[in-house]
This record gives sequence, C-alpha cells and structure tokens, in this order.
Amino acid sequence: MRQVVIVGAGPAGLAAARAARGAGADVVLLDSSDALGGQFWRHLPESRPSQHEKRLHHGWDRFRELRDSLEADPRVRIVRGGQVWAIETFAGVAVHVVVGESDGALRDREVFAPDALVLATGAHDRTLPFPGWDLPGVFTGGAAQALAKGERIAVGQRVIVAGAGPFLLPVAQSLASTGSTVLAVLEANSAGSIIRGWSRRPWELIPASGKGMELVGYAAGQLRHRIPYRTGRAVVAAHGTDRVESVTVAALNADWSPIPGSEQRVEVDAVCVSHGFTPRLELAVAAGCDLSGEGFVVVDDDQLTSTPGVYAAGEITGIGGVDLAIAEGEIAGRHAGGALGGAASARRRRRVFTGFAKRIEAAHGIKPGWTGWLTEPTIVCRCEEVTCGAIRQAARTTRSESLRSLKLTTRAGLGICQGRMCGRTVEDLLGAASTEGSLQDDASPHRRPIAFPLRLGELADPTRQLEHETSKGTQ
Amino acid sequence: MGARAVPAGEDPIRPDAAGTVTIRVDGLEVSGIDGQSIAGVLMASDRLELRRTARGDRPRGVFCGIGVCFDCIVEVNGVHDVRACQRRAHDGDTVITTGDGARRSGAVS
Repeated sequence: MRQVVIVGAGPAGLAAARAARGAGADVVLLDSSDALGGQFWRHLPESRPSQHEKRLHHGWDRFRELRDSLEADPRVRIVRGGQVWAIETFAGVAVHVVVGESDGALRDREVFAPDALVLATGAHDRTLPFPGWDLPGVFTGGAAQALAKGERIAVGQRVIVAGAGPFLLPVAQSLASTGSTVLAVLEANSAGSIIRGWSRRPWELIPASGKGMELVGYAAGQLRHRIPYRTGRAVVAAHGTDRVESVTVAALNADWSPIPGSEQRVEVDAVCVSHGFTPRLELAVAAGCDLSGEGFVVVDDDQLTSTPGVYAAGEITGIGGVDLAIAEGEIAGRHAGGALGGAASARRRRRVFTGFAKRIEAAHGIKPGWTGWLTEPTIVCRCEEVTCGAIRQAARTTRSESLRSLKLTTRAGLGICQGRMCGRTVEDLLGAASTEGSLQDDASPHRRPIAFPLRLGELADPTRQLEHETSKGTQ
Repeated sequence: MGARAVPAGEDPIRPDAAGTVTIRVDGLEVSGIDGQSIAGVLMASDRLELRRTARGDRPRGVFCGIGVCFDCIVEVNGVHDVRACQRRAHDGDTVITTGDGARRSGAVS
C-alpha cells in the first residue's frame, strides 16, 4: 500500500492528509505538538472543555470535522509529539523523528521511508529587532495568539500591538477576548501604501470575498472594542528594568525610517510585535527542495517540489493564509497519494488566494528604512546576544562579504534557535554593510543538517530506536 | 497589572470547571490549570522572567510562544533546555529558572 508521510498538522497538513486518504494511500501525520490544528487552530487541551471555544476561531467547524474524520480513520496514523530532526534523500526519502514529550530526554526515535512526503511546516512571526525587544513582556503576535487561544492567558492588561500586516488584527482581537486593553494597533506602512496594495485590480477580490469577510470580521471586532488602528507608526524601543514598562512609538516615513521628533512614550505592560511571517524551511532545505529568490519552496502545479516524491503546501510555499493553505494541501495530498490530475476546485481556490497573498505583500511588506531605529547596543541575535554594532563592525573590519564567515566571526545566528529568529535580519544587515551591498556566497540561513535541537543522549541510546520491520504501511 | 489567566467567570467562551495542577518552581509551590504549559502556569501569576542570559545577565521570558525562539528554556525534573511554552505542566514537576548564566559558570549544577 502506498504510504504518505505528512509533516505538520495545521490547515495545509490536515487537508493533505484527507486528500491523500481520498486517493487511497495510507497516511502518517506528524506534528511536534500534542494537538492537531497548527498555530491557526491552536486550541485549549481536552482537559479544559468549554461551551463556546468556537468564538476564538475562524473555520472552527471545518477544523473539527477534519480532525474527527482523520482520528476516526484506521488508515491514518497520527503521531503527536513527533519532532522531525532530519530528512535524507540519498535513496528515496527517509524522515527521522523523535517522539515524546517536548524537549524530553527519553524520546523514541523512528524513521519513516514513505512513497511520498508532504511538508506543511507553516510559518512563524518575523519580528524585526528594536532596542529593548528582548525584555520580558515583549512578545510576538503569535505568542499573544497562542497564549490567548491555547491557554486563556492575557499577556498584559495595557497592550500595544505593532508591526505590519493583516495578522495584527486577529492578534488584537484575541487580546481583547482575554480582557486586555489594546491601546492601539500600529501598522508601519502608510495608509496610502496599504490602499494602493489592496486596491490594485480590485475585481480579483470578488472570488476571495470569504477571506475579505474574515478581515471585515476582525475590523468589526476592533470597532466593537474601540481599538484605534494607526498607520505609519511603529514601536521603535521598549523600556524597563526586568520587564517592559513603556515603549517609544514613532511616526515613520514611507520607507519605515523613523521621523525624528515624532517619538512618544506610552506606558504598557506588554507589547506584541510582528512584521510578517517567515516560512519554516529547514525540512524543505534538508530534503533538497529548491527555494525561490523570495525564500519560499518552489512547487509545480501539483505542489511537487524539485525533489522527487516531496510535496510542499501552505505557508512554506508563500504566505497566503488559511484558505490558500487548505487548497494547496488538498492538491499536494491528492498527488502524493498517487492520484493523477483532478482537484479542479482546489486549483481554482489556489489561484484566487494566491492573488490575495500578493496583495498583502504589496500592502504590508517590510521596507528597508527600519534599520533607522536600531542603535549600536541593540541585540540582534537573541540567543548569542550579538549586537547590531558588533555585526556592523565585523562586516567593516573583516571586509568579508560571506554570510558564513561573518556568522562565525560574530556568532550571530549560531545559538540554540539555530538562527530562526534573526537569520534573515542578520542577512539583511550584513548585506547592507558589505561593500557590494549584497552577500557574495550562497550560504543559506535555513541550512541545518540537524534540523532541530536534540540531545546527543537521545541519538546514542540504542533502546530508543523503534525498529520497523517494514517501513511501509500503518501500524 | 500584567499577565494573568482569564478568570473563568469572565471568559466569553464559558469554560467548564477544570482540574488543577501543582508544580514546584525554584522551591515554591505554584498551582495552575490542568493542561497549561509551564509558561502558562507562571504567567497566570504575572511571572514573566524565566531565565537570565549567560553573557549580559539579561532577563528573558516567553517571546515567540510557539517553540521557535528558545528564549523560555527552563530546567524541568533535572533536564535542562526545556521550552516552557511547549511543555505541559504535570503534577509534581520540579522547575528551576535559575538560568543559563549560572549553570554555564558552574555555580548551579
């Protein structure tokens, strides 16, 4: 029986699992979390039932229906707490997994050798550094969401949400649902740039009206909670001794450079900052998949990557939101499962929502002037505590134009998060500091032979290797 | 002021009664709701700082909240570098937030 392994149980992975089953394949669905749904449908654990959890989510019924059907299907094996740490493609695809409690010392190792692999690893917030961003009380938007939806924790009582992109709106709404006072949502791009981005070819929006309605819903929630939405503004510094006590808000030029003299101090007990999303590419890179110039996994019309047998769906092929992720997952799962052609409806939806994603990038993309709010002591690499000054100085004194050698000189990007938080920022800063204005090597910040930190003891313990008599077929 | 758990009586999702979990953090007992992460248990009582950094001795807490940044790592039952935002709290867990600075310098075993 054909076996499909799917990594990631968010919207794209769930849709892929169902489609692969529809094509007749057996499915192994892996997720590092102990719950299905990914970040979009992050929810309370079973030990915390409630009457109206649906109110915290979009598409909650769709999620429950997908989850319930996969859980009830004997030919779907769901591996919770399954952390993929390496993918090999020497002779067919091999997926190396540790299974158990998150960061535990006693996890079991498993290796899968499927006929096809679907990567649906999603994305995480990209947050640009600013002075004080490492203080407790500074969160990504995703953290505020995860804690609100998955734990019912309010990260603060007086909160500013700042950054760029439509994701700021659901973050504000989640915070409001926890009883936090959201003082303002600050979008770095100017109103003009947002309107120009959104209104280009407006007829394209008509088929995406469901998506439009989701955003209208957030906007209405914002009105209901009387949250001011201000454009052309950013949090450019956070202040406090052991936690955030206030932030500096500044007006920005169109290129995001702060306008001198516009700074205002605002007392807050938390601030949530996201400037967009960055795809989680390490497994795709490990599998040898080609990336586009914009840093996403390149796929063909069937969601097949450049590596035979490896498909990709969802945010790692381009940031497009839940509807696009589901459409791509359906197409990827169907083809990974062995079907040929078809999936006309999913292909139509993919076309519509891809246009939507381009619109978001046009309206809300990061502009280069943001480096204007950095100071020399601003931490850029949080893990290794490497400052902006150290990175700029290393680039100047070594005259190096290689990302690899500059990383080794400064240690930026070499800490425990493996450069996930600062990788792109370090690349941008070094690129700007190098004499050519761009880096001269092709070192990828996503290249991680061990795709995820794990303990050597876990690798060395022979009793932890689960032997598969045959790696094919479900158990 | 600060972080808190949404009081059940005020929560628009109308939660059913939930069980509790008790863990020991730096020697002190802290109670939370069954199913909460270790970070959630601590943030419910407005505890944001989870460690101090090795070089600058700077405070750190939850940042990304989804297991990517590793800023919230603590020691759980003798195992270090456990992401507090990802690990669910179990009754009797012993958590140490002393931080990587002390451990790396050998001050704390």
